[in-house]
Amino acid sequence: MALSITHTTVFCTDLDEALAFYTQRLGFEVHDDVPMGPEMRWLTVRAPGDDHDLLLASVDHHIPPADRQAMREIVAKGDLAVFLQVEDLDKTFESLRATGIEVLQEPVDQPYGVRDAAVRDPSGNHLRLSQPLTPRG
Amino acid sequence: MEVAELAHLRRARDLLDREYAQPLDVPAMARAALMSPSLFARRFREAYGDPPYGYLQARRVERAMALLRRGDRSVTDVCMAVGFTSLGSFSSTFTRLVGEPPSAYRTRDHSRLAPVPPCMTRAWARPGWIAEPCRIGEAAAAEPA
Repeated sequence: MALSITHTTVFCTDLDEALAFYTQRLGFEVHDDVPMGPEMRWLTVRAPGDDHDLLLASVDHHIPPADRQAMREIVAKGDLAVFLQVEDLDKTFESLRATGIEVLQEPVDQPYGVRDAAVRDPSGNHLRLSQPLTPRG
Repeated sequence: MEVAELAHLRRARDLLDREYAQPLDVPAMARAALMSPSLFARRFREAYGDPPYGYLQARRVERAMALLRRGDRSVTDVCMAVGFTSLGSFSSTFTRLVGEPPSAYRTRDHSRLAPVPPCMTRAWARPGWIAEPCRIGEAAAAEPA
């Protein structure tokens, strides 16, 4: 392929919480974890079998000091989104809901060809999960 | 503002976004944010640029726009479905925010919005995102003649 996406950034206010959520709750696996002193840590996760990295970017590591408070507020206010596809949306959604996660939208068939649901990740990012709708028969 | 306080405000806003069709009032919203109604109203406005009830009205109007674009629901039906209790207040609020009455909005051609994910047309129709009137970009991009 001549062109492809390698990393998608997810800004987090608490990196440990984010790491636990994306690995233990969603099934991502750590790809790179490179601590580089107290101010920097390169941490990426991947879905098994995928070669696209989710860059878990702590605001404290990836945003310069002058803009950190503003970025923390943007993340916590809940206006940033992450889009993921899962194999069994309802199963994933129910397992997340059982952990007491904040729910934005229960699973629903959408007219644009997917079944999707939306929740908040621990930092407040809008996490939209979808599953393609395949015609039966 | 502290992240923990913003998280409370975000939960209240998520409640409005989810339960807009219910008869929500500011005390109910404030409970979701674990704040007193007066503090909640002030802090919500500081965080999201609109007072909570104004935000709720805009959310209802934005949902109404989405339902009207389908073209198969009457204005009265849509008014009730999004949580307004009177057609008069629905029409005036809709017209103030959108720039035209619901019946006119319903009859226009909205087909060019088809590729945009609904969660984005929803976000872009939020108060404060675009200077009013918010036509989710439709006013700015003239339809081809």
